[in-house]
Amino acid sequence: MAGFVLIVVAAFFVPGIILRTKSIASGRKGPGLFQPLKDIIVLLKKGSVFSTTTGLIFQIAPAVTLATIICAMLLLPFAEQKAMLPFEGDFVLFAYLLALGKFFTIIAALDTGSSFEGMGASREALFSMLVEPAFFILLATFAMFTGYTSFSVIFNQFFVTGNDYVMIYSIIGVYLFIQIAMVENSRIPVDDPKTHLELTMIHEVMILDYSGFDKALIHIGTYLKFALYGSLIYNLIVPAGWNIFLQAGLFFTVQAFFAIVIGLTESFRARNKMNKNPKFILTLSAIAWIAFTVILILTDKLA
Amino acid sequence: MNHPSYIELKNGISPIMTTDVPVIEYDIFYEKVRELLIDKSNHCLSYYCYAFAGRLKFICCIADDNTGIIRLLSHEMRPDNTTLKALTPFCPSIHIFEREIHENHGVEFPGHPWLKPVRYPHDRADRMSVMDNYPFYEIESEELHEVGVGPIHAGVIEPGHFRFICNGEKVLHLEIQLGYQHRGIERLFVDKGDALQRCLLAENIAGDTAVGHGLAHAQLIESLAGIEVCEALQIERCIALEMERIAVHIGDTAALSGDVAYQLGQVTCEALRTMVINTTQFWCGNRFGKGLVRPGGSNYPLTEETAGEILKVLEEVERRYENVTGRIYTLPSVLGRFEDIGRVTRPQAESIGVVGMAARSCGIVRDIRRTHPFQYYRNFEINPVTLEAGDVLARGMLRALEVKASAGIIRALIDSWRKTEKSVGRPVYNYKLRPGSFAISLTEGWRGEICHTVVTDSEGNVLHYKVKDPSQHNWMALALAVRNQEISDFPVCNKSFNLSYCGHDL
Repeated sequence: MAGFVLIVVAAFFVPGIILRTKSIASGRKGPGLFQPLKDIIVLLKKGSVFSTTTGLIFQIAPAVTLATIICAMLLLPFAEQKAMLPFEGDFVLFAYLLALGKFFTIIAALDTGSSFEGMGASREALFSMLVEPAFFILLATFAMFTGYTSFSVIFNQFFVTGNDYVMIYSIIGVYLFIQIAMVENSRIPVDDPKTHLELTMIHEVMILDYSGFDKALIHIGTYLKFALYGSLIYNLIVPAGWNIFLQAGLFFTVQAFFAIVIGLTESFRARNKMNKNPKFILTLSAIAWIAFTVILILTDKLA
Repeated sequence: MNHPSYIELKNGISPIMTTDVPVIEYDIFYEKVRELLIDKSNHCLSYYCYAFAGRLKFICCIADDNTGIIRLLSHEMRPDNTTLKALTPFCPSIHIFEREIHENHGVEFPGHPWLKPVRYPHDRADRMSVMDNYPFYEIESEELHEVGVGPIHAGVIEPGHFRFICNGEKVLHLEIQLGYQHRGIERLFVDKGDALQRCLLAENIAGDTAVGHGLAHAQLIESLAGIEVCEALQIERCIALEMERIAVHIGDTAALSGDVAYQLGQVTCEALRTMVINTTQFWCGNRFGKGLVRPGGSNYPLTEETAGEILKVLEEVERRYENVTGRIYTLPSVLGRFEDIGRVTRPQAESIGVVGMAARSCGIVRDIRRTHPFQYYRNFEINPVTLEAGDVLARGMLRALEVKASAGIIRALIDSWRKTEKSVGRPVYNYKLRPGSFAISLTEGWRGEICHTVVTDSEGNVLHYKVKDPSQHNWMALALAVRNQEISDFPVCNKSFNLSYCGHDL
């Protein structure tokens, strides 16, 4: 329960910190920390306009996507507390819940019949497909490392296995989760959330036709997803046994750090050329694969 | 000086009588133009026609970059004849002019491969030809798909429609349909008798080239009205032109960085551009230099205070811009987006008659300041910067190099200005144009060569005014640049040329 609440709270300020970091890095004062939140409130008060070419799928997709993200949040533990719905192999459900949300966004984009949105959908589908192995290989590595297959137990046991290499796995895990989060949340270098150029967009172009309330749902989903990945990263850094109040403080520190890393990355580099993205994403899988192989050797399972 | 088939003149020098222009048969004209344009140092400045005494009079201006001579060829067509053999198949750079003549006067050009509407003027020959029935190049393929962008775009830019034929992410063909910004500029020059109105019109042909077009117009009027301007004013105009070049080039660097999501480059260059245009505002009250260039004199003569301000700002801008471009063009993630993207080869550029910085970025030394000098550039040698690659990176780097060069030019100009005697008078609005004459005026705006030509009638009224913005040639270069590139690279290609929609649409 605590994990769920903390993710929601973190989602309030993570997007604001990213924006603020980018503003400060570019020499501007920038909007307030809660500006994204205020924008959402404005959007929630507005009605939605639907294109006449769209159908039911287009209208339900934002709600479905948000629902899948909230469900995925139920699978993440915090400190020694278990997740709200832990079970063996729950990380597979976690990955595919998020994939289901994405699937709905993609078919909703196709539903509009726009050539831009079709292109965006095709790119999003490709990149999501490519990032999947990285996520699973990484989780398989942790499963092998701890000997469990549920998020709640994996993270609980992560630092108590007594394995000397735990710090290395922690670092590799953090790095990969940050990169995966950037891909999944459509940030630089793979996508650029700020661009106005339809032809270069990936995620943004798919939600071009949404307005008002539905757009607010999409934004809420995006912010929760940030905090969701921030929570995964947190669990790899802080051992589960520590004092829970200290942990709550650390949780927000990690989330803020995560947001600042994203903000700084986006300030000081350009985004990839579109056809370099698959290579970039596959590199993540490759790093995960190396970690996996090493753990196989270390745990003597490579018989 | 007279030659049987053409007459020679120079940029900005006294006009000629229209009766002195030899009128030749179209067959001879055709061969002569073909012969001239085979030589790579020649390019077509303008080719148009106007109705006079029941006939269509055609005028073709071809510039020779080696000698600085402009050759004027002319032929006439009786009303009963409506077809002319197309020159385009042999001289592709003529294509846009033949399309224009076809659209305005209904002249057919058999053999022209792309005789499509240009800008839908109100008095076009075929009123049935409208935006909605533009004959797009079509495909019948199950694998390929079309993507249409615009005319309304997501950014704050001008309207224009781009239609891509793509194989997946790869662009096979791009067709650019313009004309949404047509305001009838050329016709207004004829209708508006007021001198000040004409100046304002010229400055508003393309908002980012107010000084370039304003100067081309002022120069044209001065040559036709026989007004001599003092050296100090000539220098001031050149300074204004270079300031405009610096401001737009820096702004484009910001836009290029923004397109590839490189925030640091974008915000730094945006700030620097503001410093430059604010200095222009300090000088003349308008950030884009509107109102600065007027025929015969100036409302805002350069003062020692303004000159000092320009030098001060320039020093800081130059230093900081060099610093930031040094970062932009060495950052791997940016280079990955610019290098080898949107390449226009030199043969392509030569065949379609690319002008200005787009030409210089693929190795062609084409700079009116050097080849057909005007104003104070006559006493001042310009060494155009050229790069060979012809890709987005080359066009970006060229901007960085040209800003540096222009800053140096301004410094030298201010030095000369300090030494000259200053007797800049008020603008002359009550001029009388020489009757029955033809005059041409070329300037090198930041985008490239700007060509204004005018023909006066026997009373000294404007009979026909023709404007040619560099964009008119260069839009084709953009269409060629994106072939076989990824569609997601179109925005950076487009931004690297930064062509004018309204300059093309007039």
